[in-house]
Amino acid sequence: MQALVIVGHGSHLNPGSSDPAFAHADTIREAGAFDEVREAFWKEEPSFREVLRTLESDEVYVVPLFISEGYFTEQVIPRELRLDDWDPENWDSDGTDADHVTLDAADVEKTVHYCGPVGTHDSMSDVIVQRAKSITGDEDVGEVDESDSSARQTESDGGFGLAVVGHGTERNENSAKAIHYHADRIREMGRFDEVQAVFMDEDPEVDDVTDFFESEDIVVVPLFVADGFHTQEDIPEDMGLTDDYRDGYPVPGEVDGHRIWYSGAVGTEPLVADVILERAEDAGAPVHDAVEAVREKTGGADAAAGD
Amino acid sequence: MSVADALADAADAGIDFDGLTVEPYRDAYRWQTPDGEAVVTEAELRERADSPYATNWHYWERVVEGHDTARRAFLRWLEGDGEHAVPERYDHLRGGHTRHWGELAVTVVLSEDGQRRYEVRHEDDLGADVDAYTDPLEARQLVKHDDDGRYRPLSTAPTLPTGWAFVDLDGSDLVQTVEYVYPATVANWHREREGDLDVDHWEDAAGRQSGIYEIVQQLDGDALEWAAEACCVDSQCLKRREWDESEDEELDVPRGDGEFPCREPCSLFIAAARKFTTLEREETREYTFELTPEEKEQVEDIVDAVADGRTDEIREADVYEGANRYRARFLRAKRMDEHGLSGTPTYPEDHE
Repeated sequence: MQALVIVGHGSHLNPGSSDPAFAHADTIREAGAFDEVREAFWKEEPSFREVLRTLESDEVYVVPLFISEGYFTEQVIPRELRLDDWDPENWDSDGTDADHVTLDAADVEKTVHYCGPVGTHDSMSDVIVQRAKSITGDEDVGEVDESDSSARQTESDGGFGLAVVGHGTERNENSAKAIHYHADRIREMGRFDEVQAVFMDEDPEVDDVTDFFESEDIVVVPLFVADGFHTQEDIPEDMGLTDDYRDGYPVPGEVDGHRIWYSGAVGTEPLVADVILERAEDAGAPVHDAVEAVREKTGGADAAAGD
Repeated sequence: MSVADALADAADAGIDFDGLTVEPYRDAYRWQTPDGEAVVTEAELRERADSPYATNWHYWERVVEGHDTARRAFLRWLEGDGEHAVPERYDHLRGGHTRHWGELAVTVVLSEDGQRRYEVRHEDDLGADVDAYTDPLEARQLVKHDDDGRYRPLSTAPTLPTGWAFVDLDGSDLVQTVEYVYPATVANWHREREGDLDVDHWEDAAGRQSGIYEIVQQLDGDALEWAAEACCVDSQCLKRREWDESEDEELDVPRGDGEFPCREPCSLFIAAARKFTTLEREETREYTFELTPEEKEQVEDIVDAVADGRTDEIREADVYEGANRYRARFLRAKRMDEHGLSGTPTYPEDHE
């Protein structure tokens, strides 16, 4: 038997924090890829500490629903899962390359395939683009058909800009790396006229997001797992989308002559289920058919076709 | 495979389960139960497929399976763990046999061919007409808030909401539902029964904390007792605390009467301990302010009411309760100003 465990942060205060983990777990369950699928949390139950013992499977794929490599993926999760032989060197990563490592957990007789976090997987770039499509309701967002000159003469004459927002912190350099990594990848896709990484706690700051774009339309996608304090309160207020988060914010909202399409946390995008599965597949889980099924279901069919 | 086919299929290898023995004997089979013994042909063996012993064997060995799993042990425990002979157990199960698990009531009912169906609900809802569910996954959201709409960060807090029931479940779905209500309780209970519960005492759990939680190692023994008294008693958590300060130093706080063990301080306890640690770093000071004896008792009443979660129960007009809102507002109006209680600054040096 094979199990998938999605490990997330969870919260003692915010009941919605675990919702994305539940939602993606459900999508993967429906695809029938694993005998067991279980969610586990740092701040909710089952805890990282106890989740492995709740499974009957002897082979377990653990995928962290975290954005960046760092404290949680390198210290907390392996320690709490009792992956005694873990060493961050196992991943041989410079901050965005973590793949997987196979280890034994000390308290259970199981083989654990410990995967890199969802946030640094290449496919997360596709999810960010998908998020931009979802929030604008436009499958072609950012793409300008050069043969159709009217495309640039519609509401926006400058195409679309994309801002990827990260928390940023001086305590963990990998936190910003993940944001830059995807911003760079999406820029290389050539889809959006401009792509910029911005941050809450370091420069360039999300407060000044409109300064960084010439495009009239800017899609702003926070690379966060769950909607909460930061994505629902801080960022909309910092950008000037709303004076008071309790009043909500418009989509799109006007700020300094730009239209801001603010998407909320990317982690709630259904296609994230696909990234979780891909992490497991990269670690050897025989889930190829499920990956295809989930992509079709969650709006990633284009991405699968090499979008 | 029908029970009859399964019996015939298994008979050559022999069956020995819950009082039923079937084994090859000459050209036939020996059938033995506490009710008697017979030598039967294969056809006669098939005719015995409706015997409680046969359907019971079939249910556990062909439907539930999972030897040595927590799931199987829990399902066995629900129907009395083999303490009664099978026909007697069936009598109990026909009308529904209920056991309690935390605030849950789990009912097993015998159905066709010895199959069991399960139902689980809040114990206060036994016999009540409540919303019915069949998908265990729905339990995740159903138990997330208490009946007053407050988020429950601790699954085993005795605040399980009422008004729902999971019905017509098979064994796996029942265990899954229970696991979503009280995560990991079945696994740890099973380990304990097998003599295999791994307990991480405070010393171990605190010792491995890092980042902002590293400081909990500084919580001293007295404060740890107070913390356990605050968080780890039956009124706050249904788990039975099995961890102590260390293997050699037991805490005085009662362990609790819960069916399922708590094998280490949980994340909520660690988070609270972090705050307690910073509180304990402060030295006491002497403050001088005046209260009437009744006012002093009122302050004590307020602390008690908050600590026991009783503030909602104190009636608006019950001004005889010290923690009544109007009484508290009167005390605040009379005794507190911008410097706090009786005009006494918390940090007098800031006002010198």
